[in-house]
Amino acid sequence: MKVVVDLSKCDLHGLCVEAAPEVFEIGDNGELHVLIETPSEGLRAKVNGAVKGCPTGAISIEE
Amino acid sequence: MLRRIAIVGASLAGLRAAETLRDRGFDGELTLIGDEPHRPYDRPPLSKQVLQGTWEPEQTFFRKKDGYDALALDMRLGVRATSVDLRARRVTLADGTFADYDRLIIATGARVRTLPGVAPRAGLLVLRGLDDVIALRRELMEAPRVAIVGAGFIGLEVAASCRARGLHVTVIELLPVPLSPILGPTLGEMVAAMHRDNGVDLRTGVTVTDVFGESRVAGIALSDGSRIDADVVVVGIGVTPNTEWLERSGLTLDNGLVCNGSGEAAPHVYAAGDVARVANRWHGDSPRIEHWTNAVEQAVHAAENALAGSGASTSFSSVPYFWSDQYDRKIQFIGRARPHDEIVIVDGSLADRRLTALYRRGDRVVACLAVNQPRTLITYRKLLARGALWEAALSGTTAS
Repeated sequence: MKVVVDLSKCDLHGLCVEAAPEVFEIGDNGELHVLIETPSEGLRAKVNGAVKGCPTGAISIEE
Repeated sequence: MLRRIAIVGASLAGLRAAETLRDRGFDGELTLIGDEPHRPYDRPPLSKQVLQGTWEPEQTFFRKKDGYDALALDMRLGVRATSVDLRARRVTLADGTFADYDRLIIATGARVRTLPGVAPRAGLLVLRGLDDVIALRRELMEAPRVAIVGAGFIGLEVAASCRARGLHVTVIELLPVPLSPILGPTLGEMVAAMHRDNGVDLRTGVTVTDVFGESRVAGIALSDGSRIDADVVVVGIGVTPNTEWLERSGLTLDNGLVCNGSGEAAPHVYAAGDVARVANRWHGDSPRIEHWTNAVEQAVHAAENALAGSGASTSFSSVPYFWSDQYDRKIQFIGRARPHDEIVIVDGSLADRRLTALYRRGDRVVACLAVNQPRTLITYRKLLARGALWEAALSGTTAS
């Protein structure tokens, strides 16, 4: 799976950082960073949680 | 045997529950019932982007029409559930049809309250759903003067959006300081000042005693004897949980559907979102919460527990979170404040309306508010989730 973030939609709610800290962080520039673009299957549940919990629908998963 | 799951309520919580069930491998019959004719849509943009006119209503749909194929739902929209028989495990719908279930998830949400004793008429509107915002947008095209009753988050967001449209806006609020029970008086005052600086005529400590206009609103009378002329009146005075259809079910209703920490209202019956009162381990209480993130978290939790069964269910624990966008400010709040909590601004200032504030009760930090400081909030969310001590939270500030 590949994690895709639409930065034009990201509103920095930061809920993805809480759901999957291995994959997402807010960088020093104040933008959301994807730390692992193709996370392992073991992280799927967490990434799914980040997708569902994003208030602006900015995160998606490409298989 | 778990073959059939019915979800009543096709908004955020209902949809997220359905998605979670499929994510977790449930491949049985899944019925999603909603009383609105629209497929599930997102509410937060209604009072902002859609009302301001920067989004069309369709942009709030969570999924395109063909986006539902993968979920394989028996989606029944535009029809209300009227009762549930817990023994027969059957939901009855207003059109006389049924949905039988092995597990039931209730996410029927809430509806807006209206002014008591005031008859409906043209120009007297509310904002809760997609049809409401479409009607309100249409009315505002020819309405230079808007009166908003209630300075809660909805009322204030509508006020900001109406100002963005260049309308003349008056807001009526019963409390002396808007939002003070939620944010505390100092920060409530800051929000009030922000609206006044943006041209809103904010009247606090008053109630509406009458609505003028026969077939169409012409204005409102206030308890201080004043009169406000208005072409449109928007009422935002809170919501009532949609539990009437459950009144003869045997489920416990008390300002919402009462659930245990597993999100269970009864064996095989779960609830999530605005309608539910789920015990939350984080603060040890079971309030009804009307926030977006709460609906998602409870829906995921309810769906997982519905699949796991009572023996393997987990208890709900979450730090509440909400946000509000007004003008160029994003207000974010995590945790739960009470009126007498001590409030300390740890970053930024009231004057700049860009700040982070912590709320203290005893030796704990219990809540955090951020205005245009999203990164700081993330730091405190972690601390709050851990139940951090006040001193640790303050030293966390200096560390960041």
